[in-house]
Amino acid sequence: MIELWMSVKIALRALRVNKLRAFLTMLGIICGIAAVIAMIAIGAGARQVISEQIASIGSNLLLVLPGSTTAGGLRTGAGSAATLTMGDLRAIRAEAPSVALAAPTVRGTAQIVFGNLNWSTAVQGTTPEFLEIREWPVVNGRPLTQTDVDGTARVALLGQTVAEQLFGAEEPVGRLIRIRQVPFTVVGVLERKGQSPQGSDQDDVILVPVRTAQRRLFGGRTPDSVNSILIKAVGAEALAAAQEEVTALLEQRHRIAPGKDRDFTIRNLSEMLAVSEQSSRTMSLLLGSVASISLLVGGIGIMNIMLVSVTERTREIGIRLAIGARRRDILLQFLTEAVLLTIVGGLLGIVFGVSGAAAVSRLLGWPTLIAAEAILVAVGFSAAVGIFFGFYPARKAASLDPIQALRYE
Amino acid sequence: MVVQLSDISRDYQVGEQQVRALRGVSFAVAAGEFVAIMGASGSGKSTCMNILGCLDRPTGGRYLLDGVEVGRLPGDDLAALRNRKLGFIFQGFNLLPRTPALENVELPLIYARVPAAERRRRALAVLEQVGLAGRADHTSSQLSGGQQQRVAIARALVNQPTLILADEPTGNLDSATSAEIMALFQELNRGGITIIMVTHEAEIAACAGRSITFRDGQILSDLPAGQGRA
Ligand SMILES: Nc1ncnc2c1ncn2[C@@H]1O[C@H](COP(=O)(O)OP(=O)(O)O)[C@@H](O)[C@H]1O
Ligand SMILES: [Mg+2]
Repeated sequence: MIELWMSVKIALRALRVNKLRAFLTMLGIICGIAAVIAMIAIGAGARQVISEQIASIGSNLLLVLPGSTTAGGLRTGAGSAATLTMGDLRAIRAEAPSVALAAPTVRGTAQIVFGNLNWSTAVQGTTPEFLEIREWPVVNGRPLTQTDVDGTARVALLGQTVAEQLFGAEEPVGRLIRIRQVPFTVVGVLERKGQSPQGSDQDDVILVPVRTAQRRLFGGRTPDSVNSILIKAVGAEALAAAQEEVTALLEQRHRIAPGKDRDFTIRNLSEMLAVSEQSSRTMSLLLGSVASISLLVGGIGIMNIMLVSVTERTREIGIRLAIGARRRDILLQFLTEAVLLTIVGGLLGIVFGVSGAAAVSRLLGWPTLIAAEAILVAVGFSAAVGIFFGFYPARKAASLDPIQALRYE
Repeated sequence: MVVQLSDISRDYQVGEQQVRALRGVSFAVAAGEFVAIMGASGSGKSTCMNILGCLDRPTGGRYLLDGVEVGRLPGDDLAALRNRKLGFIFQGFNLLPRTPALENVELPLIYARVPAAERRRRALAVLEQVGLAGRADHTSSQLSGGQQQRVAIARALVNQPTLILADEPTGNLDSATSAEIMALFQELNRGGITIIMVTHEAEIAACAGRSITFRDGQILSDLPAGQGRA
């Protein structure tokens, strides 16, 4: 077998003879690889955003919401029932061993005023555990404390969006704002979280102590009730156990007979995020397979041109055989040509794919992520396409009868 | 003996019909001979040359090349024989298109795994031997018919073969150029190279030392010819 380098040189010479054709043949591979690279980059970018969002929410989370309840034949709407209380929260903290942390939320919308600026945002009453569960540090000032909660302190933590809207470049910590006319002192500003998986701005929020929210802002007729309870399980494997424990505990506390409708619902936030991650994975798989089809078409183009080339060069093959080339040498020569076409095409495809993904990022603002593995896979794939689609024409060349081939016009 | 054919036959199956291209051909060629093969078109000359050149296998009979029985050798060994012991010259020159003369001449050496530098040196040397020293970079389209045939002869010579096989080497050339090519053949033969050449021109055959005439796949006559070495 002549050395690979020699057959590369022979192949390069053969390709140089018909440069335009070689380029057009490569174009199919270029497009295919570029499409695969760009699609993988877009898919990976989307997945990365989702996993960042998952991280921003926190892990191993359950959310307890008041459910619709049937009382005397009347069904009230979900969340409208004031069925969850601070008592439930205390019971969950005390009696559910799989629960690491639990935090209440008392939620309302309010107009916030600072000086002559005002901003409408979500105000959330909670306890210090909330920041821990959401893994949400304070970047400026201090977090909420149990003392704030116990003392019904009129203190507030601002999300980044609120801080920017009301204070701009000014220092917010220590300033006085009014929430529903009630004066609060800003004690801290939260780190930026960005968008939630649902697309809402997680930084457009104000946190206050839960009892302050109940008594001063949104309490109304049922000052002990809460809108939801956020729970962090002790670990991923304890999530199901935590859900069971909390369900049993609340059924018992709310005196719900077995088999009857519950007046609360428990959502597994981690599960919901896993679903959205799964759907984005499916999407990128779909994009990737569409792109692979174009690569396949490119491979068929290679095969087509190689078959034409074998026919055109029948006499050359005859000459080589007469001069002492073995069939293997001929096979290797044509295979090398096909692989060379696809590898060069593949490399150009990577260049175009990477710049295409960069252009998508820039022009459409889509996140893209180019992994080294994706590029390696692309190179390997194009070589495989060359071997696969080049083999049949090469074998055809190698099995020509030298006498017939020499006579071929 | 360089070549020994005994009772060689070659049958072609064309549909239902059997064409007997060679029917019991026997002759031997000694080292240093220059043999012309003559005969009417269709008499089996090319078929015989293909068998001599290890491009085809006989249906029956025995063929010894340099004392080796060729009939049962596997394909790769035949390729090696063609590469090391045989040099082909064709009527239509059969150079690679768009390829410089030098590379055409180097081709057998590539398949003989000769290193690049030596390949180049030897190819240039044979090009000089056939009188084309200045044409190494010319491609077929830049060379005359006679020059192309000289490149083909250089290619046949470059691996120092035991036997040169030429099937109507002057068939595409005018008579003046044919005479030049024959002079070159005679010179090579005087240098000790064995040549078997097919031709149907008596003048060309007269350059050889011996002429074998075919008819209907059999040898009609085997005679020493006028000039040349006997
Ligand atoms: N591949 C083939 N298939 C069938 N018949 C063939 C083939 N090659 C040669 N022949 C036949 O064999 C005979 C001898 O042909 P050939 O050796 O080419 O004659 P020449 O070279 O003397 O003109 C002819 O009748 C030709 O038709
Ligand atoms: Mg003939």
